[in-house]
Amino acid sequence: MTVVAFFVFSLLYLTPGDPAAVIAGDAATTDDIRRIRANLGLDEPFLVRFGGWVWGLLHGDLGTSIFTNLPVTRLIGQRVEPTVALTLCTLLVAVAVAVPLGVIAAARVGTWIDRFVMAFSVLGFSVPVFVLAYILILTFSIELDWLPVQGYHNLSEGLWEWLRHLILPSIALGTVYIALIARITRATMLDVLSQDYVRTAQAKGLAPAAVLVGHALKNAAVPIMTIIGIGIALLISGAIVTETVFAIPGIGRLTVDAILRRDYPIIQGVILIFSAAYVLINLAVDLSYMFFDPRIRY
Amino acid sequence: MAELALGTARSASPTWRRFKDALRRHPTAIAGAVVLILMGLIAIFAPWLGTVDPQAVEPVKRLKPPSAQYWFGSDMLGRDVYSRVIYGTRVSLVVGLAVAALSTFLGLAIGLITGYLRWLDAIVMRIMDGLMSIPPVLLAIALMALTKASIENVIVAITLAEVPRVVRLVRSLVLSLREEPYVEAAIAAGTTLPRILVRHILPNTVAPLLVQATFVCASAMITEAILSFIGAGTPPNIPSWGNIMAEARSLFQIAGYLIFLPGIFLSLTVLAINLLGDGLRDALDPRLARRM
Repeated sequence: MTVVAFFVFSLLYLTPGDPAAVIAGDAATTDDIRRIRANLGLDEPFLVRFGGWVWGLLHGDLGTSIFTNLPVTRLIGQRVEPTVALTLCTLLVAVAVAVPLGVIAAARVGTWIDRFVMAFSVLGFSVPVFVLAYILILTFSIELDWLPVQGYHNLSEGLWEWLRHLILPSIALGTVYIALIARITRATMLDVLSQDYVRTAQAKGLAPAAVLVGHALKNAAVPIMTIIGIGIALLISGAIVTETVFAIPGIGRLTVDAILRRDYPIIQGVILIFSAAYVLINLAVDLSYMFFDPRIRY
Repeated sequence: MAELALGTARSASPTWRRFKDALRRHPTAIAGAVVLILMGLIAIFAPWLGTVDPQAVEPVKRLKPPSAQYWFGSDMLGRDVYSRVIYGTRVSLVVGLAVAALSTFLGLAIGLITGYLRWLDAIVMRIMDGLMSIPPVLLAIALMALTKASIENVIVAITLAEVPRVVRLVRSLVLSLREEPYVEAAIAAGTTLPRILVRHILPNTVAPLLVQATFVCASAMITEAILSFIGAGTPPNIPSWGNIMAEARSLFQIAGYLIFLPGIFLSLTVLAINLLGDGLRDALDPRLARRM
């Protein structure tokens, strides 16, 4: 699967429009464009460029930024920390909030708690990340002045400052993820709760909480883990937007800058890194099934 | 949309009755449909809704807050935000509907054929797996970065990002449908393959596909806004909700309405589609409805 992904990428990426024309600008002559193309190696045949790119990739080289002339790996390397901090923080909080929400909604199906969770989930799907982000900034940073408006602090500058700058971005980014996980958790829990072994567990007098967590949730874990893995896609695309709104100098911000400047090697590298992370996380999720369901063997 | 299509077939077929029942049981779905029709009307009648030219620049009247003359205020170039938001409805609806229609059609065609032809299935599904391993918004960004900004390209980029999921759905439906006794009977009776696909398999994929299409439509609208917001979407000379918000990015502390008004329109439309989609799913797939 990873191999295929890489192949598709390269295919997409080696048939670009014409970056040379974009770099040269509107006033450039045909000669200018030709010179820039030769400089960048864009005039070589497809397979040569493709081979060169894969060769570099195997050596951990993603090429050089057209605009800044710095290696793409270094540019991405400088930006990794904020993005990882943001997505990891969001992931942990979202799972910690969404799974209990889904479980409670399923246990109290039809009550106001259930309705509230479902309503929240539909709303979470409908409000785009950046709109929510601006609402949060306006309320908590500008009106109430509790949290910083924008920016990012490195962990080395102090844990509290670091955390303070991550609270709003994490909420903005996490809402749609929470909506998704809570909804699937509720659905799978409802399925599991109607199974015979759950009735048996209840009949033999186990505490409701023990049945819910020990019997039902454990058996619902595989679909929930799957959706947590697939949902990472939402986190990745959301991170690009969130970093833009909150002026966090992460990979997402790098992507947006690169798009505005048509800096193809960076865009290429970022997509590759993000997708590789996505595939690896989902591989880890597949492996985690063994832990939740001993019947699954690879 | 779907309601209109079904509404013309005013027969007492079970599907139609179930559909009406479900609508009665789901007032939220009706609310969604009403909002959606309203948005459709706004999009169609944009020029007659008290709007002025959404591109008309009046530098003297920059960044005026909402007032009697400028209902939604004016932006940093002195353009009337109300007109821009109203015209922006067109972009969002066109992108949403076009992507939903295109990706459903493409996904249906690819899914039907690959679900039936084993040798093709292996190849096509590997390609789809490859595409699916790229987060959809990221794939759309990549495609947009390669081409020039235009509404057509936005539609194509988002469609390509959504198609693999539709193919997956159709293929899984076809794989289970082909084991059904009536399909086996059709094969035994010597029915040709195209006829089996069109007459026996296709009608059974309509309901789940319709539900899927509403969710694709909602996600396409959000993706369009995201693309425009980060500068990789609809060209800046077309007023789309995403563009209005993108232009206001650096101004939101002094002119928050530039972000919130289009934001409310976008959220409301997407919410309406999601509610309608939930209602449709309940109506067309009672088995699933119980769980979701």
